[in-house]
Amino acid sequence: MDILDILRAALQQALGPQAIVFALAAIGLNIHFGYTGLLNFGQAGFVAVGAYGLAVSVVTFGAPFWLGIVMSLVAPLVLAVILGVPTLRLRADYLAIVTIAAAEVLRFVFGSVEMKETFGGSNGLNGYARPFQQANPYSSGIDLGIISFGRNDLWSLTVGWILVALCCLLVWALMRSPWGRVLRSIREDEDAVRSLGKNVFAYKMQALALGGVIGGLGGMFLALKQASVVPSDYSTLMTFYAFAALLLGGAARVLGPVVGSVLFWFLIAGLGSFFSQSAGKGGWIPTVIMTDTQASVIRYIVLGLAIMLLMIFRPQGIFGDRREIAIDGR
Amino acid sequence: MRKRLYRVLVALIGALMVLLVGSPVAAQATETPPPDATAIQVTLQDEANKDAQGNPKPIPGVTLEVSKDGKKAGEGVTDDKGVATIVVEELGKYTVTLDEKTLPEGTVLDEDTKDKVTVTVRFQGPNNRAIFPIGVTAGEQSSFVKDFAQNLRAGIVFALVLCLAGLGFSLIFGTTGLSNFAHGEMLTFGAVMALSFDQIFKTGGLASVSVILAGIVAVVLGGLGGYVQDKVLWGPLRRRGTGLIAMMIISIGLAIFLRYLFQYFYGSSTHSLSQYNGQQREQHWYYLGLSLADREAIIVAIAIVTITAVCVWMAKSRMGKAMRAVSDNPALAASSGLRVDGVITNAWVIGGALTALSGVLYAMQLQVNSFMGMRILLVILAAVTLGGLGTIWGALVGSMVIGLVYELGPLFGVPTSIKEIGPLLIMIVILLVRPQGILGRKERLG
Amino acid sequence: MDADMTDQTNAENNAEKNADMSKTGPAGLVGVSTEPGSKKPDPIVVADNITRTFGGLTAVDVDHVEIQRGAITALIGPNGAGKTTFFNLLTGFDQPNSGSWSLEGKSLKGVAPYKVARLGMVRTFQLTKVLAKLTVIENMRLGATGQKGERFWTAPFKFLWGNQEDEVTKKADELLARFLLDKKREDFAGSLSGGQRKLLEMARALMVDPELVMLDEPMAGVNPALKQSLLGHVKSLRDEGRTVLFVEHDMDMVRDISDWVIVMAQGKIVAEGTPDSVMADQRVIDAYLGAHHDTDLSELDEEALEAEVVAEIEEEEAK
Repeated sequence: MDILDILRAALQQALGPQAIVFALAAIGLNIHFGYTGLLNFGQAGFVAVGAYGLAVSVVTFGAPFWLGIVMSLVAPLVLAVILGVPTLRLRADYLAIVTIAAAEVLRFVFGSVEMKETFGGSNGLNGYARPFQQANPYSSGIDLGIISFGRNDLWSLTVGWILVALCCLLVWALMRSPWGRVLRSIREDEDAVRSLGKNVFAYKMQALALGGVIGGLGGMFLALKQASVVPSDYSTLMTFYAFAALLLGGAARVLGPVVGSVLFWFLIAGLGSFFSQSAGKGGWIPTVIMTDTQASVIRYIVLGLAIMLLMIFRPQGIFGDRREIAIDGR
Repeated sequence: MRKRLYRVLVALIGALMVLLVGSPVAAQATETPPPDATAIQVTLQDEANKDAQGNPKPIPGVTLEVSKDGKKAGEGVTDDKGVATIVVEELGKYTVTLDEKTLPEGTVLDEDTKDKVTVTVRFQGPNNRAIFPIGVTAGEQSSFVKDFAQNLRAGIVFALVLCLAGLGFSLIFGTTGLSNFAHGEMLTFGAVMALSFDQIFKTGGLASVSVILAGIVAVVLGGLGGYVQDKVLWGPLRRRGTGLIAMMIISIGLAIFLRYLFQYFYGSSTHSLSQYNGQQREQHWYYLGLSLADREAIIVAIAIVTITAVCVWMAKSRMGKAMRAVSDNPALAASSGLRVDGVITNAWVIGGALTALSGVLYAMQLQVNSFMGMRILLVILAAVTLGGLGTIWGALVGSMVIGLVYELGPLFGVPTSIKEIGPLLIMIVILLVRPQGILGRKERLG
Repeated sequence: MDADMTDQTNAENNAEKNADMSKTGPAGLVGVSTEPGSKKPDPIVVADNITRTFGGLTAVDVDHVEIQRGAITALIGPNGAGKTTFFNLLTGFDQPNSGSWSLEGKSLKGVAPYKVARLGMVRTFQLTKVLAKLTVIENMRLGATGQKGERFWTAPFKFLWGNQEDEVTKKADELLARFLLDKKREDFAGSLSGGQRKLLEMARALMVDPELVMLDEPMAGVNPALKQSLLGHVKSLRDEGRTVLFVEHDMDMVRDISDWVIVMAQGKIVAEGTPDSVMADQRVIDAYLGAHHDTDLSELDEEALEAEVVAEIEEEEAK
């Protein structure tokens, strides 16, 4: 067993592109769920339209790269309006079901054979990310001792973490303002807010759209980094992982989703590396108990258990303040 | 409430009658089980030339050659049932070539059918098929009716399976208010338990009834699973006053936990039960032009009997009434002296058992896979939402509609590769225009 | 006529007889007819033909009602009389099956609740709706209207709304001091007692600067010590020139502070008048005695729907 190896794998993921994608998705969810109390189970759908907004405009419709970027911001906005207008008047769990269903419908459509011309089917789309790669100012990668990133990764990470930082700054500025106060009040009791002359529906819509666009940024980043978009990336598991990251870091905290996402991938990759070293040839766990394939599954078992235990014993997350977080509401 | 129940019951019994009209006609397919070795199986039938029962005529005496990477790997000749089983050494991609010269006179390959077919041998065993459609192009124009009958059959079976799972979901949702995202895994649980015990019984010398026994064990374990879940997890949380949204997220954690636990033990590939599985050739029974495989007939019968029993039980028994009372208004039920906690435990046990049964039947119809429950969770949700969340009769009606839409949708323009979107879109629309479902009662505001 | 006489006497002795003044007040209701739906000299709210049914049950069926400006009007009635439903209808939280109503001559039919609040009709709730996980001062700040910082595009930039926030906070602090909540300023509202929550909700409603304050059972669940102070606050609202309409069960309170009383029973307005005249009215006594159901409307409705199931259970139990 090589502890340094485990640490390397864990850090590589915790600072890497996956953590950025899920940090952005979770920041969006934090606005929805943590601050406003909207139970959006379809964040994967927002991430997906962010990614496909870029890829489809450039690849399928031949739009210039900059227009693709604009579309990648507009698409989640449109999705938010389409979903929000009818559902934001419904009960919280209905919103959850509608959003999860909508996200799945989107994924099915993006992956369908019948719409292959537009969305590329299950192989997805590629060949749109060249301008992004060409803009890379670095001439070489970086070696940080334990971990190292190649030239392309370094460029992606720079852009990604800057995006995360900007989003955090925006959330911080918004949530200390009276606007944020209205959102938190809506989370507590919509009718009270209504009775004080605030247009609750409009605020919920703004929150849904903002959180969706930030999720869409995650999709745009993923699309740029991978240089391809594939529908299977955007399954409901993506939403639930983002939720797990948010709960881990603490909902209704500006840095909660970021810390949570980093921690989430640190643990997932660390556990993965630990068990893959422990099982199979040369590991200390006999193959009767755990084979190589089984070793790759065990981290997700732990993940499921962790979500349950967190929610039961520390719904405020690792850093949250229990008095302030409203998940244990109705 | 009672009137509505009777209406649903009458409708169900009516459906049962319709299905049973006409005596079953056994088709002629009794044959020796194929060898256990890994093989490619080819069945040649002339779709354009059918016998009295509407079965296509088999084409015997046709030579088929199997090759891999250009090298010949085996050869076979179809027997008088039109079946050739060609043993191959290993898994992988094979090309099956049909020798056109050996076709009987008057039988020709369709325009679109080539004499070569590529087969990927994924499974150990003889269930890898190569298909040469013969005589189908001529019937293209009039095939809608046939497709409709076929999809209708699949739809009815799927709807009944869905209905059992939906009933389970509704019982639990009705009494606890929990949207249980781990419900799909409760279905998978039934399927994998049936699979495990099937293997135990099969090797234990009970091969002829092993699936039935395993199914019974799985259902009992499903009920037990529900009981344990309530006692260990949900009951304590309820008493602690945990909110419904928090519980919903906990159920997501539980779903992920169970799903990968199943994958840990059963892997990510698919498994078949030893009997009644969709891969085996079997007798067909005819009911009003719908031909059901014996497996499907069994599924339909078990499901209808169970659903009827549950409905009667809900209507007649003390516990059933109590359960409905709690679903309708927990506070009122508690104040009229009901032990709400006991009722909820019962709902978990029965819900767990019904869902496990649904998993067993689904495993018979399709195959067993660690992710099967997750895949149909949203369809179950669509069914119960359509009927009205938490209402028993709503779950029945909703499942029937959604099951049929799921299978018939492709005939009406839903792309086949994504037929799940039919139910999901219906659910979205229903939630938007009538969130209480078609049978649910409008929720009071303020 | 007795009641009218009292009114006049009070009007003459205003300055000296504070206690009496609180009974009938200077609200210009002298000589107003005590028939249900009577005309008021200066109505702020006028409602016509309002009906609301739940299933087969008619919860509200009001032909005509006017609320006098600058007065404290009490809405009383037995349980299930439709008072809270009527409140919800007036404030836009529920939609009537028919009818029209207006505030200051502006029709409120189909107007969203938040717009109703902005027009100057602000309500509180029977079960208090304080925002438990916000601090008391944040609860108060939320009430202020026209905040630039509540607009999405200006919210991120503090220099655009900082000054206004200071003004809002100053106003909030004054109100908190007046309602004796200043010591709780930084506490989470969830930690307040039931009475303090009622006070906070009322204070928060005042942040909106309403013309008309609608209080839904302001005394429910409040301990006697706080009750007196709440009464004082309600009276002071009138002294500031606001109109108050409140739903109440506590007859002592009604007698104590209201200028005018409207009595509802089974969804209809059965009587109106000054507190004393109403309490002596035979129709009112009948309405209260006739109501043997000690249940709320919502329960009544549920009961109607669940009766069948319950009956079945009981039937089973009897065996």
